[in-house]
Amino acid sequence: MAAGRRVREGFAVYPVVTFFALFSAFPFFWMLITMFKRDHDLFSPANNPFLLNEPPTLEHLDLLINQTHFLKYLFNTLYVGAVVVLITLVVAVPAAYSLARWAGRWGETLGIGIFLTYLVPPTLLFIPMSRVISVLKLHESRWSLIVIYPTFTIPFCTWLLMGFFKSIPRDIEEQAQIDGYSRLGAMVKVVLPLSVSGLLTVVVFAFTLTMHEFIYALAFISVSAHKTVSIGVPTELVRGDVFRWGSLMAGALIPSLPVAVLYTFFLDRFIAGFTLGAVKG
Amino acid sequence: MAIVEVRQIVKKFGDVTAVDGVDLASRDGEFLVLLGPSGCGKTTLLRMIAGLEIPSAGHVFIEGRDVSQLPPRQRNVAMVFQSYALYPHMTVFKNIAFPLKPLKMQREDIREKVMWSASMFGIGHLLARRPRELSGGERQRVALARAMVREPSVFLLDEPLSNLDAKLRTSAREELEQLQKRIGITTLYVTHDQVEAMGLGDRIVVMNEGRVRQVGTPHEVYHRSADTFVATFLGSPPMNLLEKDGLVIGFRPENFLPVQLYGDDRDVERFRFDVTWMEDLGSDRLIYGNVEREFAHRHVVAKLSANVTFSVEPKESYTFAVPKDKLNFFDAGTGLRLEGRFALRDVHGA
Repeated sequence: MAAGRRVREGFAVYPVVTFFALFSAFPFFWMLITMFKRDHDLFSPANNPFLLNEPPTLEHLDLLINQTHFLKYLFNTLYVGAVVVLITLVVAVPAAYSLARWAGRWGETLGIGIFLTYLVPPTLLFIPMSRVISVLKLHESRWSLIVIYPTFTIPFCTWLLMGFFKSIPRDIEEQAQIDGYSRLGAMVKVVLPLSVSGLLTVVVFAFTLTMHEFIYALAFISVSAHKTVSIGVPTELVRGDVFRWGSLMAGALIPSLPVAVLYTFFLDRFIAGFTLGAVKG
Repeated sequence: MAIVEVRQIVKKFGDVTAVDGVDLASRDGEFLVLLGPSGCGKTTLLRMIAGLEIPSAGHVFIEGRDVSQLPPRQRNVAMVFQSYALYPHMTVFKNIAFPLKPLKMQREDIREKVMWSASMFGIGHLLARRPRELSGGERQRVALARAMVREPSVFLLDEPLSNLDAKLRTSAREELEQLQKRIGITTLYVTHDQVEAMGLGDRIVVMNEGRVRQVGTPHEVYHRSADTFVATFLGSPPMNLLEKDGLVIGFRPENFLPVQLYGDDRDVERFRFDVTWMEDLGSDRLIYGNVEREFAHRHVVAKLSANVTFSVEPKESYTFAVPKDKLNFFDAGTGLRLEGRFALRDVHGA
């Protein structure tokens, strides 16, 4: 009976799962195949678009890497992402901890209030923000992004971590205080190690947010050498009405691969991070 | 070893007074049990002694030193929580070694101490495991070993047995008592379970609504309850209370027996007992019924041990009796115990 049910469930589940797997993998496949297609192959309506009809070529990669600042964009993205993640952690961890533990009922309301600021669209915010950037004289600098991005990573990550810290039993923390540690010591030795999933979620989330952010990067940086991947690739590879599709796809695929790998490896912890935040935050 | 003392200690949470002016002093090496119903302030009192709550007023002394404003780490107390609060990300070894780390001990010394503490609780073979791989009883031992490893001056236990099943609880109780006697460390133990309190405590502190109602040996609080609250909180079923003319007369169900069971030479007080219904609990029979009409709250319970074969049937009347030296008297207004003997004849006019 059980085996029969399992088979029936399999019949129902596998087609759905297969469909979604193909659906999710398709953009990657498309990027990959376009990256190696000759322009003639790509633009001929007679060819099967899902196959390489002509021998593959590396000319798009060559254009991307040798004739644009793509490696520089990658470095800039990494640099901005890393600093933003660091700033986010330094601010969001203590903020979330104090909201979760000390602020009582107000903490809950404040936490939601902080989260709401995340929902204000950047297309509205970039106007006042550009004033801030000009006062700080950060135009055309990567630091303009480093200053701006935490304004949306910190609220969301604070809210996310709040849920995490709340899920750690108070007893454990108090036990650490009895065992000879200060409040800060208890947090570092006990609370943070138990929040690894949350911290990891924050790192990946903040990093990917900065990686794909477009509006601010476009508004504040026009010098090619300072661009991040998200604006560098589209602005440098779309020239007038000429789309360098092969290079564009390569430029999109290369930075997304490490993120995809990271997500895959930490998927379980990542889900734990989000569901905890959602339920208890 | 140390004496723990609290003086006029008060704790308020907003408008709620959790602990209301408690004075209490332990004796050196004593096993002192704080007993009371949920919300009576016993855990709050323990947490103030531990330093996890700052008193709204009053002082805490440990070894004669005023520690009221000191953080927990400077009080040299160990505490075992109801949940055991083991660190889930550490092995048993690291859990036990955790309190030693801030003392900046050598690695070898830490190892030695952990081994000593673990062997005392028979958990030497579990050191490489993580808390989630342990049973309830094993977790409790790890929590105790961790509390003991620093050789604290005071040991605070907050309902440490309530997460164990009934069978394990009995053996853990026995072990805990023997351990405390062996080490002789002053222990404060919070529980709402009167059986634990009676079995473990050198003395019992009965609390209700933030105040101490009685401090005494298990024998004292049971047989010479200070007020009607203590009298009815202890004992299962609780003490029978009859009221008449501003006086409350109390007697334990196990002392309320058919008059035939007492010898002629025993000075007893007789009651007519109209049985309403009975429960057979195996080891005991509980007999519910009413005594004479002249008493307010005349519904009482008698507890007959299984050894007593006297036949009792519902809807029948019997003569039951209580030895006069087993009668307790309380003031109906204040509920406080009245010392001295009151001739019951004056009371129920027989």
